[in-house]
Amino acid sequence: MHRFANPTRFVRLAGRVQPWAAALALLCLGVGLYFALFSSPPDYQQGETVRIMYVHVPAAWMAMFCYVVMAAASASSLIWRHRVADLAAKATAPVGAAFTLLALVTGSLWGKPMWGTWWVWDARLTSVLILFFLYLGYIALQNAFDDPARGARAAAILAVVGVINVPIIKFSVDWWNTLHQPASLTRLDGPAIHTSMLTPLLLMALGYTALYVWLAIIRMRAELAETKIRAIRYRQASGAAPAPQES
Amino acid sequence: MEAIQSFLNMGGYAAFVWPAYGATALVLIGLSAMSFVRMRANERALAELRGADDEEDA
Repeated sequence: MHRFANPTRFVRLAGRVQPWAAALALLCLGVGLYFALFSSPPDYQQGETVRIMYVHVPAAWMAMFCYVVMAAASASSLIWRHRVADLAAKATAPVGAAFTLLALVTGSLWGKPMWGTWWVWDARLTSVLILFFLYLGYIALQNAFDDPARGARAAAILAVVGVINVPIIKFSVDWWNTLHQPASLTRLDGPAIHTSMLTPLLLMALGYTALYVWLAIIRMRAELAETKIRAIRYRQASGAAPAPQES
Repeated sequence: MEAIQSFLNMGGYAAFVWPAYGATALVLIGLSAMSFVRMRANERALAELRGADDEEDA
């Protein structure tokens, strides 16, 4: 891992991964959408609303996955002061927030016809809402200090502490009574879902993951360029206005 | 025509299924476009700054 902490090495590796991630995302999402909307059957209980699952469940997985990535990157930026880890955490936050928002919105659109309500304050829904606020808090903290380094540190600490919420989300459906159904895939006795529905679900999940990789790379590149611009401007400003001469 | 209509109707759940897919497309395409435009703008600005820097140095 430490070998990739060097920004130059990261840029070289990212340049190689970026087109593949984009291609994989487009391919998986394209084929996944075809399976999700056309070739998968309606559910015997939920009818056509089951198609919401193919955008809802991968979004919820990515919401948690992105948070774990963000927290791990924040921890390594706190411990080893890795510049690239800090960039990765910063680039991941808005993507994770977007996936969390989508999990909430699509879940709400699924809950209304199936549960008869847009929202309930139960453990699963509330803990995902808290996840969304953790992302927003992380983004807000970064910009709350005049010194970007202090903002990055404060945000990284929030990200690391907030990781406790991830197992709470995962196990909330087992620990508390909830309207939300328990896991269908990650069960000891194997997935309780038919192949015709598992195929689009996994394709969409893979597509989302590839999209995340692509987004993280281009957001890190943007951030890296911005830091360099700031450094050059600072150097120019201090060069253009020399210190007053001694009298 | 009927097949298209029944597809769009989503078994009577069109009002829930399509907004879910629409919101997903909107957010993911929007975020991708914004991120890409920002990356390109920053890298161009950096290249220009560096070009100017080199001229100054010369």
